Amino acid sequence: MASKENYLVGIFDDEDVLLSAVENIRDKGVKIKEVYTPFPVHGLDEALGYRRTRLPIAAFLFGMTGTITALSTQIWMLGFDWPMIIGGKNHFSIPPFIPVTFEFTVLLAAFGMAGTFLVVSDMKPYKWPRMFDNRSTDDKHVMAIDLAANKISKEEISQILKSNGASEVNEKSY
Amino acid sequence: MQASSVFRESLVTGGKTVHDVSHDISCQVENKPSRLWWMAFGISLVLLTWGAYCCWMMLWHGIGMWGLNKTVGWAWDITNFVWWVGIGHAGTLISAILLLFRQRWRMSINRAAEAMTIFAVICALSFPGFHMGRLWLGFYWALPLPNAFGSLWVNFNSPLLWDVFAISTYFSVSLLFWYMGLIPDFAVIRDRAVRMGHMTRARIYNALSFGWDGAAKTWMRYESVALILAGLSTPLVLSVHTIVSFDFATSVIPGWHTTIFPPYFVAGAIFSGFAMVLTLLLVTRKVFKLEDYITIYHVELMNIIIIVTGSIVGVAYITELFIAWYGQVPAESYAFYNRVMGPYWWAYASMMTCNVISPQLFWIKKIRTNLMATFVLSIIVNIGMWFERFVIIVTSLHRDYLPSSWTMFHPTMYDIGQYTFTFGIFFTAFFLFAKFFPVINMAEVKSIVKSTSEKKSSTAH
Repeated sequence: MASKENYLVGIFDDEDVLLSAVENIRDKGVKIKEVYTPFPVHGLDEALGYRRTRLPIAAFLFGMTGTITALSTQIWMLGFDWPMIIGGKNHFSIPPFIPVTFEFTVLLAAFGMAGTFLVVSDMKPYKWPRMFDNRSTDDKHVMAIDLAANKISKEEISQILKSNGASEVNEKSY
Repeated sequence: MQASSVFRESLVTGGKTVHDVSHDISCQVENKPSRLWWMAFGISLVLLTWGAYCCWMMLWHGIGMWGLNKTVGWAWDITNFVWWVGIGHAGTLISAILLLFRQRWRMSINRAAEAMTIFAVICALSFPGFHMGRLWLGFYWALPLPNAFGSLWVNFNSPLLWDVFAISTYFSVSLLFWYMGLIPDFAVIRDRAVRMGHMTRARIYNALSFGWDGAAKTWMRYESVALILAGLSTPLVLSVHTIVSFDFATSVIPGWHTTIFPPYFVAGAIFSGFAMVLTLLLVTRKVFKLEDYITIYHVELMNIIIIVTGSIVGVAYITELFIAWYGQVPAESYAFYNRVMGPYWWAYASMMTCNVISPQLFWIKKIRTNLMATFVLSIIVNIGMWFERFVIIVTSLHRDYLPSSWTMFHPTMYDIGQYTFTFGIFFTAFFLFAKFFPVINMAEVKSIVKSTSEKKSSTAH
């Protein structure tokens, strides 16, 4: 059996206190494992030093796949495989193909991006997430600090958390 | 620091805290439904059963059961289809377009409005589906699938086929957008269930939430997905009703062949959609006691959108009449003369009264902040918008090129029955949603509670 991972869990009541706490705590050289919040807190990702997500690039690539697939399928089907003359018009013309192309682009971009999001965030219906304190989906902001990743002692980190506005500091092992 | 405006009213009243938001919304899901809910659900089931009988008869005997004839080949079916699709548009407008414009008042109404979109599109899809006669072959005929005739592909030049792609994409992307919004809220119910010791409920809602953990990194990605989905849904919603209007506008039937149709249909769709959102939300806030979240201020803002879109629709009606006269095409002029003065004058007059005159009452602040008046007017607007589609479709067809084939359209019991069926689906689905899913987007409302909730003890902003 692997040795247990020990965490220090700081609970914050207010998002503004949390934001300044994250900055101060990181300045003191404490490594924060992750922060769990009940709603998106603006500026938290920057305070934690996260890189911007590249999901929009995924959406663009999926969208382009949709555009190319829809356009080439229509051109091939109506222009080459079975050319149909309808109302004396060209059987190969771009404008009537645009609506379907647009819809298919949106469809692939939307589902491709949402699917990528679930994959990169490792979200699945049968997975039970690691909740350090499940009040984090209600009204508390929860900061988890991995003790093994930090050189500073447990007591000292606990003191830093409290002095930065944490209403509770608990220990949790997995 | 959060800034609060003295010019804007609170979006959440009653001095709510973040915990109150979780509690007030989740307890609707956790508690047994009220008697009022059972009553509403029971009525919906009765409508659904009666409608399902009519649909079954129609599937068994064919669409000859409808009142269509050789001259009027489209009537209630397509009227109802366009009406339902239009209603759906308000949901996407609220959740996507208002998100891009950073309108925070959308936050407590977007969930219910998006649910309405999805159910309305399901109702709409049933009409072209049944109209194909053999519903179960619908996919086979409408999609470009390889077949034994060559393959003979579908006609990509036809607006009816564009409709297939537009409506199905609209339905799936709306469903995705709505579900993405629900994920963090399912996790709220899961964790409350864990704390209360209801492990079965916790497991079900955990599966629904895809194991949501609420980490800062997940939120960052989640917000990015929400923003891009809103950006994709905005042109999508405009394209959908534009393409629905192409079904008429690209034809050569006088009365349909007009270039004004796309913007006119989109404005009408948003107009009727907001009316339906109001009808539903005024009932929902009463049944689920959400008066602190869906406030008079929300109702007033929605009524203002109704004035704007209602006036756009009014201008479109008058423009159509003007162009029919100014264009001096005899067939076109006659189509519009017949629309206003012909045997369907009463339908045209109902449309004008309900859609153009009645929403103007909302200029009066007393009326647009009165719940009963809003409820009544929202239903009147929906009746008016139904008549708009009926007028466009039936009056343009019933007096066609040969006077010997002029006729009237009379709905049968089965036309009415299928319309009832869609109401049954719509309300049954909506009440089930309101019982089992959180009706208000908790995560979004929580993010504004601190800045917009009126404080119990504070004296001023």
